[in-house]
Amino acid sequence: MHTPIYLDNAATTKTAPEVVEKMLPYFTENYGNPSSIYGLGGKAKKAVDEARETIAKNLGAKTQEIYFTAGGSESDNWALQATARAYGEKGKHIITSAIEHHAILHTCRELERQGFEITYLPVDENGLVSPAAVEEAIREDTILISIMFANNEIGTIQPIAEIGAIAKKHQVLFHTDAVQVFGQIPINVEEMHIDMLSASGHKLNGPKGIGFLYIRQGVKIRSFIQGGQQERGRRAGTENVPGIVGIGCATARAFSIMEAKTKQEITLREYLIDRILTEIPYSRLNGARENRLPNNVNISFEFIEGESLLILLDGKGICASSGSACTSGSLDPSHVLLAIGLPHEKAHGSLRLTLSEENTKEEMDYVVDNLKQIVDRLRSMSPLYEDFLKKETKKAKN
Amino acid sequence: MYSEKVMDHFQNPKNVGELENANGVGTVGNAKCGDIMRIYLDIDENQVIRDCKFKTFGCGAAVATSSMATELVKGKTVQEAMLVTNKAVMEALDGLPPVKVHCSLLAEEAIHAALWDYAQKEGIQIAGLQQPKADIGEHEEDVAESY
Repeated sequence: MHTPIYLDNAATTKTAPEVVEKMLPYFTENYGNPSSIYGLGGKAKKAVDEARETIAKNLGAKTQEIYFTAGGSESDNWALQATARAYGEKGKHIITSAIEHHAILHTCRELERQGFEITYLPVDENGLVSPAAVEEAIREDTILISIMFANNEIGTIQPIAEIGAIAKKHQVLFHTDAVQVFGQIPINVEEMHIDMLSASGHKLNGPKGIGFLYIRQGVKIRSFIQGGQQERGRRAGTENVPGIVGIGCATARAFSIMEAKTKQEITLREYLIDRILTEIPYSRLNGARENRLPNNVNISFEFIEGESLLILLDGKGICASSGSACTSGSLDPSHVLLAIGLPHEKAHGSLRLTLSEENTKEEMDYVVDNLKQIVDRLRSMSPLYEDFLKKETKKAKN
Repeated sequence: MYSEKVMDHFQNPKNVGELENANGVGTVGNAKCGDIMRIYLDIDENQVIRDCKFKTFGCGAAVATSSMATELVKGKTVQEAMLVTNKAVMEALDGLPPVKVHCSLLAEEAIHAALWDYAQKEGIQIAGLQQPKADIGEHEEDVAESY
């Protein structure tokens, strides 16, 4: 087995070789500043325009509605903070969900400090936001609804079109964090009534440090970074030309392979989930089984802790992630797993495996075979498992 | 992020398991914060720790500190075992990342909890030993219910 086996594509992806190849000349040959008047600058500007067009086309958006940023977090921060600033006169209420990425949640906390009121909608046991609950939460002074397109931890895909229709009906702006989705499943901002959408390059085999915010024409949000007139005056700073070329190329690539990639990932995902759930007792799938990102598997193993699991998997050449506190750098496990109702100890014992089109069935078998041994080993050391077995024995005797 | 010693004690932990004839057992921590340690002590009539085992639910550092703490108290008298502080455990492991220092504290508490249990059973006092406050006993029902 060729290791490492990379199963953390929700964290980041490998930059596709053709993407790197397309980017390289914009470091070494066509390095001009797109704002410059001479030909070298013109070449860079043309490349930026082409990337913008590719992205717009694949979102059902207009070219001038795509604004390049330094990544998903910047896009999320910009969408929320600038909307709050521009529409704060109209109202101070924002609706979001309890399972958003920290780029949204921490921005919301900051807005609360500035006097905004945020409604954090709960989710059901699969991590779904109810469109009816969104509608109920809308008030006279609601200026923005921000609901992520799909969750980065548990892969649940939200009913975005329904929420978009509700937002449109009530004339409230609708932003979605689509960082995990753009390039994975089709998105149409018109049909889904999305006013703003965040995406990132490195989640779709593009480079890191580049992303974009789609802003529907007519949405009056201002620049987040002051300076030059780049991005039609809405995002100052010399364009990251190689990055933009990279995300453009990655977008074209992602959409051209999407159908085949999705099919393959779903087959592997289902195989992996089935094997784990049938062969490892006291395990459960987190997130919806159906409305799920094609490449996401998230499973909790009772009686064990996630970081230990990750270190031992790494020892076998398997790259994965967990929602345990130890991996988040705090004492609390993942807010997403707690929001879907998992008790702390099960949230600590979660494992996220996110696939790519390069993974194979043999790799899945290798992962499950090793996982079984590792889970067994950690359980044999776990006082929680010891107590559980003693209770079971006692029950059997009675 | 971990020292080689921590990694070694995590991957090849010493003294994992239960002791049937333990006369001192202590469990500390809780599932909420993600670390639970249980230490078993077999203490002879001369108050020497003849054997010591542990079980731990927790991260790499929690397992490594449990392993090291059991190594350090084995063969010592109960009074000497009181000198196995979290600092001693950390030093023996060549340090821990700042966010993991609490694991070494938990190891110290687990040893103390097991010694307390022994002292209670024997009706003796161990100088400097106080009743453990973070014993899992208080949380046992919560943990059991959620299974």
